Amino acid sequence: MQEFLQQLVNGITWGSIYALIALGYTMVYGILRLINFAHGDVYMVGAFAAYFAARLVGAPGPVSLIGAVLVLLIAMGSCALLGVAIERGAYKPLRKSPRLTALITAIGVSLLLENLGIIVFGPDPKFFPQIVTSRQMELVSGVVVGRHQIIVLAVSVLLMLLLQLIVLKTKIGKAMRAVSFNKQAASLMGISTDNVITFTFAIGSALAAAAGVLVALSNPKIDPLMGIMPGIKAFVAAVLGGIGNIPGAMLGGLIMGIAEVMVVGYVSSTYRDAIAFALLIVILLVKPTGLLGTGMAEKV
Amino acid sequence: MFLKRGEIMKRILFPVCLFVAILTICSFLSCAKKTEEIRIGEFGSLTGTTATFGISTKNGIDLAVEEINAAGGVQGKLLKVIVEDDQGRPEEAATAVRKLVEQDRVMAVLGEVASSRSLAGAPICQNAGVPMITPSSTNPKVTQVGDFIFRVCFIDPFQGMVAAIFASDSLGAKKAAILRDIKNDYSVGLAEFFATTLVSRGGKIVADESYSEGDIDFKAQLTAIRAKSPDVIFVPGYYTEVGLIARQARELGITVPLLGGDGWVSDRLIEIGGSALNGCYFTNHYWDGDPDPAVQSFVSTYKKRLGGNPDALAALAYDAAKLLVASIEKLASEDPGAFKTLVGVPDAKTGKLRKEALAKLRDILAATRDFPAVTGSINIDENRNAVKPAIFLTIENGKYKYVGKVLP
Amino acid sequence: MRGLLLVLVVTIVLVLLNFLLPALINPYLFQILILCGINVILAVSLNLVNGFTGQFSIGHAGFMAIGGYTSAALTYYLGPHVLGKAASIGLSPAIVGTSFFVLSVVVGGLASAVAGFLVGLPSLRLRGDYLAIVTLGFGEIIRVIILNVNAVGGARGFADIPRYTNLFWVSFFAFVTILVVRNITTSTHGRAFISVREDEIAAEALGINTTHYKVLAFAIGAFFAGVAGGLFGHYLMYLHTNSFTFMKSFEVVIMVVLGGMGSITGSVIAAGFLTILPEALRPVKEFRMVIYASLLIFLMIARPQGLLGMRELSLQTFRSLPFRPGKKRTEGAQSG
Repeated sequence: MQEFLQQLVNGITWGSIYALIALGYTMVYGILRLINFAHGDVYMVGAFAAYFAARLVGAPGPVSLIGAVLVLLIAMGSCALLGVAIERGAYKPLRKSPRLTALITAIGVSLLLENLGIIVFGPDPKFFPQIVTSRQMELVSGVVVGRHQIIVLAVSVLLMLLLQLIVLKTKIGKAMRAVSFNKQAASLMGISTDNVITFTFAIGSALAAAAGVLVALSNPKIDPLMGIMPGIKAFVAAVLGGIGNIPGAMLGGLIMGIAEVMVVGYVSSTYRDAIAFALLIVILLVKPTGLLGTGMAEKV
Repeated sequence: MFLKRGEIMKRILFPVCLFVAILTICSFLSCAKKTEEIRIGEFGSLTGTTATFGISTKNGIDLAVEEINAAGGVQGKLLKVIVEDDQGRPEEAATAVRKLVEQDRVMAVLGEVASSRSLAGAPICQNAGVPMITPSSTNPKVTQVGDFIFRVCFIDPFQGMVAAIFASDSLGAKKAAILRDIKNDYSVGLAEFFATTLVSRGGKIVADESYSEGDIDFKAQLTAIRAKSPDVIFVPGYYTEVGLIARQARELGITVPLLGGDGWVSDRLIEIGGSALNGCYFTNHYWDGDPDPAVQSFVSTYKKRLGGNPDALAALAYDAAKLLVASIEKLASEDPGAFKTLVGVPDAKTGKLRKEALAKLRDILAATRDFPAVTGSINIDENRNAVKPAIFLTIENGKYKYVGKVLP
Repeated sequence: MRGLLLVLVVTIVLVLLNFLLPALINPYLFQILILCGINVILAVSLNLVNGFTGQFSIGHAGFMAIGGYTSAALTYYLGPHVLGKAASIGLSPAIVGTSFFVLSVVVGGLASAVAGFLVGLPSLRLRGDYLAIVTLGFGEIIRVIILNVNAVGGARGFADIPRYTNLFWVSFFAFVTILVVRNITTSTHGRAFISVREDEIAAEALGINTTHYKVLAFAIGAFFAGVAGGLFGHYLMYLHTNSFTFMKSFEVVIMVVLGGMGSITGSVIAAGFLTILPEALRPVKEFRMVIYASLLIFLMIARPQGLLGMRELSLQTFRSLPFRPGKKRTEGAQSG
């Protein structure tokens, strides 16, 4: 029981990270129907931006709470800019092209960021400074949770709520929903689709950066290729929850995290990577549009 | 729209294609000038997920070659290392080695870290009769490819066995857990031999978990291991993951020592793992605090040139390059004629002579005895593997401390 | 009759090439040529699924792995017995070895085809990106399973595979792949494949069994991917799961899209181009992959429909060449 609870804690914290990365995927997909494969690499850039920002605020020495928040904001801001740049430079010229073309461009951007990262940051892993000191606490006897894990969970939930607020309550959020529903009709209604898309990329990339910082904080090792696997897994999580659907991404991320951890704990750790995908296939076979996704009526 | 695209196409696409075409021609017809250099090939992962290992290796080789060239090279001829990237993929390694051997006509090849890439490259060297020395591929299969393939590191069975003996004798461990990198042949090999040796000595493997290179979350595995309360956890991985594993183990309240192999050695390990590594043990080739002047001079030059301490991969690469050059020197002094055929880019006419010269170089390599290397004196055995002692180090407050030595 | 003649001529040319080329060019270029051939098989076979049938598959590396490992296991474990038997009744080992190799490559292809059939089945229910992620997941699952099979080396890789692949067999199978895919797509069945791509619902309304064609496309595509894997293993003499990551699948998708979805000649050209490009970029060292990636982005923006779009390159195209930008091109697009 104690082991099960511990694994559950592990799974939830790990899943909340997937969820955070998955949000960016889902938002971009919802608007553009584009799988932004470069998303995982934006997450990497976010972690590195925080790495350098942390030095500015005094790490590896002690960092105040304001300093830590500042680091997070700097990382999110610079990645928002990066996301907009990627969108303007690589995706916008392809708005009217076949979707696969944009996908290949996304893979190209991903490769570019990874290899530039190797050249600029160096290939060896870097230690991410502990801008918030780590402390462990016991929930029940034998069930340990770290302060970092709680921060990860809290910040991701906060960001998700904020995102929901933006999407559901603001004007730009309404525009986003309109564009995602029908781009052409939205533009006829006087919505500047280009601006909405740019805004979506900015938010999605900022979320990826936040995920990068949170991951680096709780698992303090960053390297230029750290985005590949979490990127793919988070995408799977987004599809699992129903791609294009924000609560779906959160749910998908949590399920993926918990499933992976439980497989390691009770089945076999060698199959960890396979199980995420197997789970996905099973769920998609039962519900082809993902857990919370809604099928779109197809026009003939 | 279409016309405009067409214009863009012609304006930009054409020059780009031209540029690529010129590059292609340049690289394939590689200006085969008559040079008087000693050409050595190196293949490694300069990009891709294992780039950090490839670049460490490259640093080690560069350092050795710089030293030799500064001292005047071999009989006045300077060394030139031609490095090719394999992106960490076996098929790319095969292509890279093929290029080095057939196009650049190198006289020997150094590389790779991962046995999977060495195994893809080795048959090509073997067929072409070009000696290949791998600094750090530990799979026994690598040198079994043929009599032109050598290595300067331990093989999996030895290191795994030594770690198991240490665990049962010095640590008195009865129950051990294993956490291995399932994608990494080095890690899988070490884990297997550790397990068999420990079991044969009356120990028990209570948990056998795995992770994949690049993972950052090990809590699930560690929680499963914690439930089995082992006396020691064997983590035969690379420093890229071990630091985090140690950290997360301590966070979960696991206090037993971790045990590992030479893949641990790096400044990054200490930096990432921090105090979580105190009291952990690992096998290595050498100890950076060893008073031996060869070790000290290597460590201090490395620090000066590249900053930080060398990891095991850099040290082994340094030794591989040094061993190769020493053998070339020997060839040059024993048989100047043969040496001459190998210098520069040989033309087709010298084909047979070159083959004989390369075979001589191989014989010299195979006869290596007590070669004074940084990573312990190297004896090449009949299977072309290096036989050398392993030492045990422990970590105390961010410093390595010598524990003991195990002779083969 | 004409077809037979064509096959005969091509075979003779290939045999000649196989023996003449090594004497003319250095083995490094020769190896690149072989890898080009293998990539052509992969790209053209994926084009049947992605380009002609419009099913988005990014699991080609998985099929390649199945074929590669199956055929390598056959020649590694059964090969010596077969050769021994053959020697005892006085057959030439070279001929028996080669025939057994071809047989095992085909069996590897069949194993992949079965897997392709299984992966094709979900396409009954799944569309677009959902299907894509299932194929991606399938490829990853295959890789993890292979990592756990010790008989084929697991994480240590499958070494000591005998070398049988040469330029003849690679170009022979590439030729067969192109021929099969071309014949399928230009036949009545081909129209059915394309109709699935263009509009599934309309196709179904017209009485086309879309399920049948989708699964068929997957199985045929997988078969040739498996063949490519078999050739790959018997050339490299070593197989490791690192060769079959999703990056490899992406590479093949890139070839298909860059060449033009639904253009066989486009796939051939793109496969060649993308195999040679990284080699050509070797002089720039660590900037190699940066330039490769930038070039990829640039090419896609400059040519969103791929190099050839849906057109095919043929002698006719060359006749209409010295292109005048204003002139409308009229050569027959076979598809679309």
